[in-house]
Amino acid sequence: MSDATAPQAASWMRRNKLAIAPWLFLIPALLFFAVYVVIPIFESIWLSLFEWNGLYRADGSSTAVWVGLDNYVKLWDDPKFWTSLKNNVLWLLLYMLAVPVGLGIALFLNQKTPGMRIYKSLFFFPFVISQVVVGLIFGWFYNPDFGVVGQIFKWLYCEETVNIVGNVTFKCSGTVPDILSNPDLATYGIIAAGLWPQIAYCMILYLTGLNNVASDQIEAGRLDGAKGWRMLWFIVLPQLRPATFIAVVVTVIGALRSFDMIAIMTQGGPFGSTNVLAHYMFETAISEYGERYGYGSAIATVLFLIMLVYISYFLWRMYQDEKGGR
Amino acid sequence: MFPRPIQSAGRTATFAYQAFLPVALLIWLLPLLAIFLTSIRGAADINSGNVFGWPSEFQMAANYVAVFTQSEAATYLLNSVLITVPTVIISVALACLAGYALAIYRFRVAVPLFFLFVAGNFIPFQILMVPVRDMSVQTGLYDTIAGQFLFHAAFQTGFCTLFMRNFIKALPFDLIESARIEGVKEWKIFWYVVLPLVRPAIAALAVLIFTFVWNDFFWANVLTQGETAKPITAGVRALNGQFVNNWHLVSAASLLAAIPPVLMFFLMQRHFIAGLTLGAVK
Repeated sequence: MSDATAPQAASWMRRNKLAIAPWLFLIPALLFFAVYVVIPIFESIWLSLFEWNGLYRADGSSTAVWVGLDNYVKLWDDPKFWTSLKNNVLWLLLYMLAVPVGLGIALFLNQKTPGMRIYKSLFFFPFVISQVVVGLIFGWFYNPDFGVVGQIFKWLYCEETVNIVGNVTFKCSGTVPDILSNPDLATYGIIAAGLWPQIAYCMILYLTGLNNVASDQIEAGRLDGAKGWRMLWFIVLPQLRPATFIAVVVTVIGALRSFDMIAIMTQGGPFGSTNVLAHYMFETAISEYGERYGYGSAIATVLFLIMLVYISYFLWRMYQDEKGGR
Repeated sequence: MFPRPIQSAGRTATFAYQAFLPVALLIWLLPLLAIFLTSIRGAADINSGNVFGWPSEFQMAANYVAVFTQSEAATYLLNSVLITVPTVIISVALACLAGYALAIYRFRVAVPLFFLFVAGNFIPFQILMVPVRDMSVQTGLYDTIAGQFLFHAAFQTGFCTLFMRNFIKALPFDLIESARIEGVKEWKIFWYVVLPLVRPAIAALAVLIFTFVWNDFFWANVLTQGETAKPITAGVRALNGQFVNNWHLVSAASLLAAIPPVLMFFLMQRHFIAGLTLGAVK
């Protein structure tokens, strides 16, 4: 009897082969992705309605207490949240400089002279290095006592005097600026550091884009007398649109994800002036003064909603392309 | 070609351009150069503020040895390798399978599922932080190597699937069609027809994911606590606290952390750039 059902099952498999096969290929990735990415998103949103220090009772039940939208109300009255949000906007705006500057460097490097390949890859270097290292480098760069900024300031504003005993003293017309300890300057200092690898990223996107620019259109433009800025604006940039799109997308995401540099360079200080949502959330959820998972999740949810705007836009663009394709 | 080749502007311009290139590069890489110089100086130079001058003594070997003997740098580096390599293998393997399914078969949810992977790739890490940390604590994966590479592999599967699906979709569909007509089994088509063709994509993804995961700092902080499972990025931060103002040692440690991705990039440059641009632009 069992022999009779087996071939039947096999033929069912065979008949629906094209319907079943994709799922067999998809299941491992889907399962993994669901457990670690998709489900946690909803868990976080759900958790933002609770107050919870991350602990469990002896019987294994969570100690979370339902507070409804309380965390969001608190957020509204939290000056640190608004500072972080304001800094996020600042990051977003200033980070965008990476796109035109990257294009500028790409145009500068788009030549065919000996050794050009090496130059291009060396210019790309900063992107490959960890942001932690970039943060440390710039932290030292800005250091008023040991760093480059301090040195340059001394050259410009200080007079070196050697007294009779031979001791060197400096007479300076002002104190060395301590960029990372100054609440008004610190964020700009960190953004400048962050721009360094981001410019390299945009540059490489544009270099690849410039490679694919149709040369016949450029030549046609030249015949029509277009050159310089007009050529760039009317003929080259329209062809670079895919590169620009990706450069903007990765720069927006990079700006909203900024965490490493802040954690390394200032840890949100001085006085919380350099915090951004990503770092403030981390600081709140896992702090030395006990864990605040619910409040942290509320901050994360806000950040997620901001990002969702960009994600939706990106997906919408992709969908338009998909419809156009096969 | 745009801008116009410099050669067409005459000899002087070409020469000026070639002379200016190294200067521009020097300015661009100044921070890196300065930190390299610092990493080979002695403590005396650091304290006297000798940043750009010639080092008064060369301590390269001594500094780099000191990083290893006075700190856990060796453990951190090993941990980074143990986290990064499994991540690359798992996420690329899963993405080959999923990308194949999403590119070749036409079923109703193919596009929504594809978009799910794409969207997951762009979300802020913070929205995953609390549940993933809690889950890791519950399952005993907190503060372990496995806890980190399992998460990274799952997360990077999103990007890898996006990349693979687009790559496979660009392959000639006739190949698969004719294999089906011949009666070749689906998994055999995947294994013998598609997999050999996606080798460049696998290479590109491997270098990219290696770099992304090697440079991760956020999850190292969320999922580890002690020294045993910490990767080098978090390790360098710990060293920074340990070697306060010993900038020669901090610089040496930072450069050590940067070497593997830099090497990877130089060895596999073409794949790396293809991955960065093709994955997104299509």
